Amino acid sequence: MNPLIETFNLSYAYQTGSVRQVQALREVNMHVRQGEILAITGQNGSGKSTLARHFNGLLTPDEGKVLVDGLSTSNRENIPSIRKMVGMVFQNPDNQLVSSIVEEDIAFGPENLGLPPDLIRERVDHALITLKLEPLRQESPNQLSEGQKQLVAIAGVLAMRPKCIVMDEPTAHLDPRSRREVIDNILRLNREEGITIILLTHYMNEVVHCDRMIVMDQGCIMMEGTPAEIFYQDGKILDYGLDFPVATRLTRNLKHHGIDLTDNIIHARELVERLCQLK
Amino acid sequence: MPIEVTGLNYSYKKGTPFEKKVLHDINLRIEDGEIVGIIGPTQSGKTTLAQHFNALFIPQSGKVIVNSINTADKNADLIKLRQEVGYVFQNPDYQLFASNVGEDISFGPRNQGLPSEDVAARVKEAMAQVGLDYDTFYSRDIFALSGGQKRRTAIAGVLACKPKTLVLDDITAGLDPRGRDEILDVVKRLHSEKQITIIYISNSMDEVAELAERVIVVNQGRIAFDDHKINVFNQPEKLREIGLELPELMALAIDLHQQGFNIDPALLKFEEILQSILDNLHDGQVRE
Repeated sequence: MNPLIETFNLSYAYQTGSVRQVQALREVNMHVRQGEILAITGQNGSGKSTLARHFNGLLTPDEGKVLVDGLSTSNRENIPSIRKMVGMVFQNPDNQLVSSIVEEDIAFGPENLGLPPDLIRERVDHALITLKLEPLRQESPNQLSEGQKQLVAIAGVLAMRPKCIVMDEPTAHLDPRSRREVIDNILRLNREEGITIILLTHYMNEVVHCDRMIVMDQGCIMMEGTPAEIFYQDGKILDYGLDFPVATRLTRNLKHHGIDLTDNIIHARELVERLCQLK
Repeated sequence: MPIEVTGLNYSYKKGTPFEKKVLHDINLRIEDGEIVGIIGPTQSGKTTLAQHFNALFIPQSGKVIVNSINTADKNADLIKLRQEVGYVFQNPDYQLFASNVGEDISFGPRNQGLPSEDVAARVKEAMAQVGLDYDTFYSRDIFALSGGQKRRTAIAGVLACKPKTLVLDDITAGLDPRGRDEILDVVKRLHSEKQITIIYISNSMDEVAELAERVIVVNQGRIAFDDHKINVFNQPEKLREIGLELPELMALAIDLHQQGFNIDPALLKFEEILQSILDNLHDGQVRE
């Protein structure tokens, strides 16, 4: 199957031509597979948000190109089709919510697609049910918790029936329970609805749930692989300002002390199981 | 200068049909030199409570006494009080406003009316305390800073007023792991070397477990727990009910404990848990 999104020698700079020019992306070649959950990580300023904003044409390449389902984002005529395929959820839901009633907010996208009312209704209901937001449908978003607001923002994108949702640090400002709810829902959208997910995050305990991860630094892709592969490559990830999941950090230290563990433990429950066998 | 809160109540939009009670009968005392974590779900009231500590909010009923000054007293010198109790907000963009780092940090001491040599000395000291190199960063444009550098600039701006207490309100949100570790190191140093009282509000249980000794849990405007961190985190069911979680390491230790490992779930430090696991495994090998 062809990749859903592909970048070819993608370069991008902010404030091009001025003394403050910042080269944010340098000849990035990467792809997103249909149906996967891909984590994009890297320290602040590494270029991950800039890259993600190329996936639905919010930014277009200075050099190189980005294809979404074969369509180039550099061709303006393709942008409406691309935005139908690739939805975006941002860090702060307040920047994304537009209406004073939850279900109206979710309807905003499909209304703008020009869909007939019964189809809009169907899509809004489906989004509300999928994210378990039905009891809140008549609420005002500003009465909701931050976590609920973020789920409403995701529902609004879901109602557009995208093939892919890009989430830019969706849990950065959430409390522990909301964080878990948002992540559980993201995983469910992938498994049950088959939606491709691109998750930008600094939290290694979120990365471990992803099929594949990309590590960025200074506008370049430095590492690519499954989380288990990357977390066991000589601790290179520390050089890029990231860290290990707790289970990996313990495993690496236990191995160093001669305990017989394999190089693929990233979840706490895997480590607990293995330690129980060894005891 | 201890902070004493007695019978504190607070409602938003008080006296209107939209009145919403956010703090109910809060009582607590924070002593000099403590390092206290405050945790609680979103909208639990933890920020409203903390903003009473430097008179950003004035109690509607009850009292907040900071260094024997009642913040509701009409004659209280609140400007001085706010210099003594510095507040660093979650989003540094709300706190930083000058065009470059040096100017921003100078703002506080300059407003205290200090002569320019003293202002310069304060800025230099504050930058050193947060690990921003003076020559590199003094003239650096705020927009050219990384998230972690912005946070450190915001902390330095507050430090330049020589506070005795720092309230840090979720200051690591959105930071990458390295930036977060740098901030945690700064906080630890301010506490151990400068004896600054630290009130650390956070959504990260791991950070609170690492930094604080005492943990206050706020839920629905009330204090649910106020105890040593070991006693607070040793009640996983109650914390989950409130919408909080355990620090990750502790959750793992509890799992192992339930699987028959001889491991104290109240251990919160990585090295202790590592050693405890090793002891368990080596014991087993001897028995074989």
